[in-house]
Amino acid sequence: MGDPFSLEVAHTLSSCMSGIRTAGDLVLRMQLAKSMRIDEAKKYVAEKLGVEPIDLSDSDRMFEIRKKLNLGRPFDLNRAPRGIEAKINIARVLGITINSVELFKEKTGF
Amino acid sequence: MDKYFTRMGDGSGVYMSAEEIKEDILQGVKDAADRGKIPELTAEEMDYIFEIVTMPGNIVGVERGREVVNTSDSGSCKMTYHANIAMERSTSVLVSEKVLGADSVDIGNMDYSYKAVKQIVHNETPVMELAQLNTVMPVLYGSMPNLGLYTKPDGPVDNWSELLPMAKIDEARAAQEEAVEHAVRDMVFVAGEMYAAGADGINLDTCGASGDADYLASLLATEKIKEKYPNLGVEFGAAGEFVLGMHGKLEYEGTRIAGLYPHKQVKLAEKAGANIFGPVVNTNTSKSFPWNLARTVTFIKACSEVAEIPLHINVGMGVGGVPMTEIPPVDAVTRADKALIEIGKADGL
Repeated sequence: MGDPFSLEVAHTLSSCMSGIRTAGDLVLRMQLAKSMRIDEAKKYVAEKLGVEPIDLSDSDRMFEIRKKLNLGRPFDLNRAPRGIEAKINIARVLGITINSVELFKEKTGF
Repeated sequence: MDKYFTRMGDGSGVYMSAEEIKEDILQGVKDAADRGKIPELTAEEMDYIFEIVTMPGNIVGVERGREVVNTSDSGSCKMTYHANIAMERSTSVLVSEKVLGADSVDIGNMDYSYKAVKQIVHNETPVMELAQLNTVMPVLYGSMPNLGLYTKPDGPVDNWSELLPMAKIDEARAAQEEAVEHAVRDMVFVAGEMYAAGADGINLDTCGASGDADYLASLLATEKIKEKYPNLGVEFGAAGEFVLGMHGKLEYEGTRIAGLYPHKQVKLAEKAGANIFGPVVNTNTSKSFPWNLARTVTFIKACSEVAEIPLHINVGMGVGGVPMTEIPPVDAVTRADKALIEIGKADGL
């Protein structure tokens, strides 16, 4: 419950990584998959992307990296991988199993 | 004497002097330390809370590089059901991802309870499947254990809230133990269906809302979900700072559940196999925001120091230092965020 402007929007602007605009989704994936605390998760993702942990929250830097690695992005979507396409790349780059990717492969006879 | 604008726990604005704010911070810290039997914050940390509370600017932010990630509870319901915008839930997931900058979101039903969802899960899974095809960020499914729903006349077991005032203690305990079995079965069933639909995780939200039996059901469900679906992330979010002893004798792995504060709750969540723990600290509406914030940070810091899994602090209406009001003021919300992350060492919100 609750007002998303007061909560989600305020949290994001004040204190959060902001998802696919940066590497927030990737860091959260490591928390969900491996129970990594925030510094460990950032370090892991940064190493996989070849950047420093502080770069992960930089939307300008991450936009280029996501574009180069085909990890999905919010805008400039012409010919860009979307949804499950981007997640296939994310699973490979991070070296993790993503449930929906596995199901997609199963359903499409990968 | 200079006065600073801040708020009360009900959201109303108030002007306080520096001395009044510092005294409230000290008393908030002492209250948490006394109740939780945990260390007080240091003088430097209390000074920093004062600095955060009195910072100029409407909103404040964490230092560069200290950003965390967020999960939600009923995240996809906020635009659709609550704000009443005619939008399908998987579309609201995309809005959250591409427009609002969310790190994740959970899909949930209007009746945000596993017992209710079980009946209609075949209509919930297509929403998850569509969201998973189109979304890049993690998408969880969320609901509440809501043990009270298993009582008569809506559910199969006797109502312990009616039995307890009649001094039927044994019967009340037996009813709760029976409800635990039903709740665990429902949570594991829905988790399995959502796993088959591609969910990245399951959010057990407000664990313990009906007391220690509700909390036990959530722990047992977590255990079974991780055993059956190891790739499905489990977020275990608490209902309150203190587990109510509606039963009083229930234990998990040798620890009595009733009366546990966040720093002990997290150890049970870890044992059960949860990937993320969401601690709660409740807001006292008759105390000031500085009092509530200092109290919350004291509990969260103690929890963070012992946690081995990430903590996503509940920072919403009436929890996490945030005033208890429908439209929480962003000045208070962002100050709570900064203090919880920089002093409390939160891993997420």
